[in-house]
Amino acid sequence: MKKLFILLFSFLTISANAVAAEGGEFKPGDMITHHIADDYTWHFADGVVLYLPVILIDNGQPQVFSSSNFYNENHELVPYNGYVLNHGHIYRADASGQPAADQSSLLDFSITKNVASLFLSVALLFAVFFTIAGSYKKNHGKAPRGIQSFFEPIIIFIRDEIAKANIGPKYERYMPYLLTVFFFIWFNNLLGLMPGGANLTGNIAVTLVLATLTLLITVFSGNKSYWAHIFATPGVPAWLAPIMIPVELIGILTKPFSLMVRLFANITAGHIIILSLFSLIFIFQSIAVGPLSVAFATFMNFLELFVALLQAYIFTLLSAMYFGGAVEEHDHVGDHGHGDGAHH
Amino acid sequence: MELVTPGIGLIFWQTVTFIIVLFLLSKFAWKPIMNALHEREASIENALSAAEKAKLEMQGLKAENEKLLAEARMERDRILKEASDAANMLVETAKQKANEEGGRMIAQARESIENEKRAAITEVKNMAAALSVDIAERILRKELSNPQAQQALAQEYINEVTLN
Repeated sequence: MKKLFILLFSFLTISANAVAAEGGEFKPGDMITHHIADDYTWHFADGVVLYLPVILIDNGQPQVFSSSNFYNENHELVPYNGYVLNHGHIYRADASGQPAADQSSLLDFSITKNVASLFLSVALLFAVFFTIAGSYKKNHGKAPRGIQSFFEPIIIFIRDEIAKANIGPKYERYMPYLLTVFFFIWFNNLLGLMPGGANLTGNIAVTLVLATLTLLITVFSGNKSYWAHIFATPGVPAWLAPIMIPVELIGILTKPFSLMVRLFANITAGHIIILSLFSLIFIFQSIAVGPLSVAFATFMNFLELFVALLQAYIFTLLSAMYFGGAVEEHDHVGDHGHGDGAHH
Repeated sequence: MELVTPGIGLIFWQTVTFIIVLFLLSKFAWKPIMNALHEREASIENALSAAEKAKLEMQGLKAENEKLLAEARMERDRILKEASDAANMLVETAKQKANEEGGRMIAQARESIENEKRAAITEVKNMAAALSVDIAERILRKELSNPQAQQALAQEYINEVTLN
């Protein structure tokens, strides 16, 4: 029943937006881009729109106003207060209401749809995990109950299979980050699948921040042997250092870069596929395609539910592996690289 | 391009929010949860090891009991064996004694019979001797009652006693 509602709602929102935005002619590419990109308003359903606040720093001067100012009563875009909303971005407007040539030092800190969704997910995270922490106090020393017993195996899995297995004895230091990042990504992936939900974890800025945090934690917890591996890779002749050192330094960056792209691409691709399947109905303009689209989209939705969990797991697991590499103690330096060094 | 261009606003909000979330969850959620899990695991571990210890103790007690039982059984067997040995010995000794006594009595009887026999024979001999002497005296008395006969006999003896 719930699933049916979800499908129904996504169907409604898509059709409404598609028709409203294009004024009759349906362009699936634009519709999909519009859906996976950020926005200054939050469409829950046709006609149910939340106008989010716009926060601009213009030459150091903060400007705060509602994004509803960019729309007139006919739902058309209009310039407001010297700014104009054009193709999902706010620009300084010139006299004719078009984006001006000079856009320097205009910073956009608006509470966009993604930021609002971020706050929502944070509220959800707090609600869930403070409740669980409370039940641990209440049920002190007893078996878990309710929501606690749902999350406890996951927390234990992250601790035992991700942190302990990959980081080693120093795992405890990294548990808060790993748990937070896992549940943050998972919750937001799931929220993104909700009808009208924002594509937060499919936004490159969000994955960039998460990957950067992993990078910073890795670099700052790197011990002597971690840096020794980078600046004097054991078993490699010294004359190769001019090649090895840049390669290793690039390696430091490629790891979080892959984290960033993997999460972004997986979540965005999932959204694009589901939206494309629904678009088929409008492309063919046939009701007969409907059931087929819905069937495929339902299947994709289930797959996406799995991907939501999988990507959270992969991000956490790889982060743990990078931390593990940074804190690992190499007792036999020569043993790295297939044990060749042991025979010297 | 739009998709892969991170916006400054979202980077800012994401960084700030995530760090706040990380801090608050670490302090008020992960710490108590991890501590509680750790505590519960430790208590389970303790309970299990205590149970294991109790089991070992039980096994020890059982072994001890069995040992005691076996010892008691052995003691019983030993006592029974001793008793039966003693009884056997008693019977044996009694039998031997009885045998000996019987043998001795038979020998005594035999000896006394022998003695009696000898005494009887002696008496018979003596009586026969006395009878013979008596008979011979009577015969002699009768023979020698006439002087001729005495003469003849003397003559005979004299004849017999040849002077050689």
